[in-house]
Amino acid sequence: AAQELVGRVVLPGDVLLLPSHPEADGERLPLGPGFAPPGRLVCGPGLRRCGAGLLVTKCGLLRHRQAGGAGGGSGGAYWVDSQQKRYVPVKGDHVIGIVTIKAGDIFKVDVGGSEQASLSYLAFEGATKRNRPNVQVGDLIYGQFIVANKDMEPEMVCIDSSGRANGMGVIGHDGLLFKVSLGLIRKLLAPSCEIIQELGQLYPFEIVFGMNGRIWVKAKTIQQTLIVANILEACEHMTAEQRTQAFAKLSES
Amino acid sequence: MKETPLSNCERRFLLRAIEERKRLDGRQSYDYRNVRISFGADYGCCIVELGRTKVLGQVSCELVSPKLNRATEGILFFNLELSPMASPAFEPGRQSELLVKLNRLLERCLRNSKCIDTESLCVVAGVKVWQIRVDLHLLNHDGNIIDAASIAAIVALCHFRRPDVSVQGDEVTLYTPEERDPVPLSIHHMPICVSFAFFQQGTYLLVDPSEREERVMDGLLVIAMNKHREICTIQSSGGIMLLKDQVLRCSKITGVKVAEITELIQKALENDRKVRKEGGKFGFAESIPNQKISAFKMERAPVDTNDVEEQAEEIITKADPPSEVFAKPILQTPGTAQIGEGIENSWGDLEESEREEQEEDNSDDATTSGVQKMETEEISGVSKTKKEADTIILSDSEEEVVVVLEPEETRKKTRTHTSAKQENSSSKKTFNKKRKKKRTTH
Repeated sequence: AAQELVGRVVLPGDVLLLPSHPEADGERLPLGPGFAPPGRLVCGPGLRRCGAGLLVTKCGLLRHRQAGGAGGGSGGAYWVDSQQKRYVPVKGDHVIGIVTIKAGDIFKVDVGGSEQASLSYLAFEGATKRNRPNVQVGDLIYGQFIVANKDMEPEMVCIDSSGRANGMGVIGHDGLLFKVSLGLIRKLLAPSCEIIQELGQLYPFEIVFGMNGRIWVKAKTIQQTLIVANILEACEHMTAEQRTQAFAKLSES
Repeated sequence: MKETPLSNCERRFLLRAIEERKRLDGRQSYDYRNVRISFGADYGCCIVELGRTKVLGQVSCELVSPKLNRATEGILFFNLELSPMASPAFEPGRQSELLVKLNRLLERCLRNSKCIDTESLCVVAGVKVWQIRVDLHLLNHDGNIIDAASIAAIVALCHFRRPDVSVQGDEVTLYTPEERDPVPLSIHHMPICVSFAFFQQGTYLLVDPSEREERVMDGLLVIAMNKHREICTIQSSGGIMLLKDQVLRCSKITGVKVAEITELIQKALENDRKVRKEGGKFGFAESIPNQKISAFKMERAPVDTNDVEEQAEEIITKADPPSEVFAKPILQTPGTAQIGEGIENSWGDLEESEREEQEEDNSDDATTSGVQKMETEEISGVSKTKKEADTIILSDSEEEVVVVLEPEETRKKTRTHTSAKQENSSSKKTFNKKRKKKRTTH
């Protein structure tokens, strides 16, 4: 049963049985995440509907989140937390992209997915038809997906719903961009993540995390930037104790 | 798929870092990445890792008729392949410019330097010679393919053994490895390529450039050399002007690097030979490093062990004499054996097998299944006592529960009247049972 396997390793081909309940027949799969009426069930990445149960399509840890409000029972969202490097665009994700083409009034942005995302020149804070943003080919863009569907070109914007940049836009001209696995990014972006807090105590630096596995770092000197980048890369395979030791060694030197 | 473009800020950062004599992975300008050589289970198969660049080398041989103008020489054939597995930028089945360049360089490095004695590959002059084929596959691309490929090629060639042949009159006899030990190729020297990347029109120089460094470099110089400091090939690309003393300095560095790598190769070959001789573990599977993403651990579940012995005794006395049906294990292939009939494969659907088991439990007639059940309970009782003391490997996944059950003294005490074979036969059931136990405790 699905409930019991939460937090355990599941493999592709496993079938998770759901606790049956009367309304199960008329149940439909809601489309977007966060659109789960109470008692309804959402299958996240790595899961697929299969009869009355869920079919696992990726290997990893099974996760579950209870539906908000009076959901309870069989509701909530199930997903598989897996380790992968290839990014698949998801609506609402904040990502770092590289501008590849300037074509008329849109930019093509490489986000690491199967297809390049499009970004309108009007989707920047304060941009108008007259006042175009200064974006060159090769620049880094931090933006958000507003359209991300299967087999469709995803679309990015660099403003939020109220037209504010809110931290998004073109990333500065220096600093280092590097890639890590998607699992590490999720780990680092978790509110309870200690790595970033511990790193912040060493010296000040700027950092941007993209859900597509890209990290941009800028510290005062090149040496410091490189240290931050290498620590973050190494963190994936370290336990908490190893990390504290490594940080202790760093703060000494 | 298109290659991920290099952003302006990466380019700028890399160039600035190089000016400050720093590299992304913390190396010095003249440092090589770690070279790791592992061998496959067969002769002539190896994987060379240069940092994260990975090349698989495989040598094979065939008896063919020689080329007309070289009747007494064996044929050497090199083929490097760049598959999309290494990098999404590589397209399958197309000869890219890079691939042609790399293949040509490899041929020049290994064939034209006459490092392999081709005359020793001749079986019957003008009729039969050995054709040695070296296939190199790039498994992961992180820059400096040529160095990794040249090391992989020479290591695979050194490791390779060809079948022995004998010629009597016109008759050529080919011996299998069982009849006669295969013979190694005769290798005169080991040419190894070393790459140098130049930046800012040759102002800065880096040894063993990584993928991102290769993208921002102005020019590349590849020198192939053996450990006797004889240059086998030298190639400069990228169209930069190199000064005479720069080339000389590069060749000096190459000499040092080649000596180090050659020593490493010989050590690796020696190690492999030793391991094979002693019958230890070898092959790729043994040489993969374990990298754990997160430590999967399972808390030890406390199990009530009071009056287990009494319970076990009681069960034994109540139980019917064990049936003789599955006394004999059937050896299907070396390594896998089947014991008894009708035992479910527990690797499949968990729920189903469990449900079946429960049904089995319910049926109370004294057929074989009933006996099986008794057996199961009996052993689970025993293993409960063992749980506290013995090594039980518990992994996180329920499917992967592996219980090491060695014939133990505690067991023999309680089950003296059952044969050892039956003990084995029911151990599979035991772990099904235990899994259920564990579930109930959660």
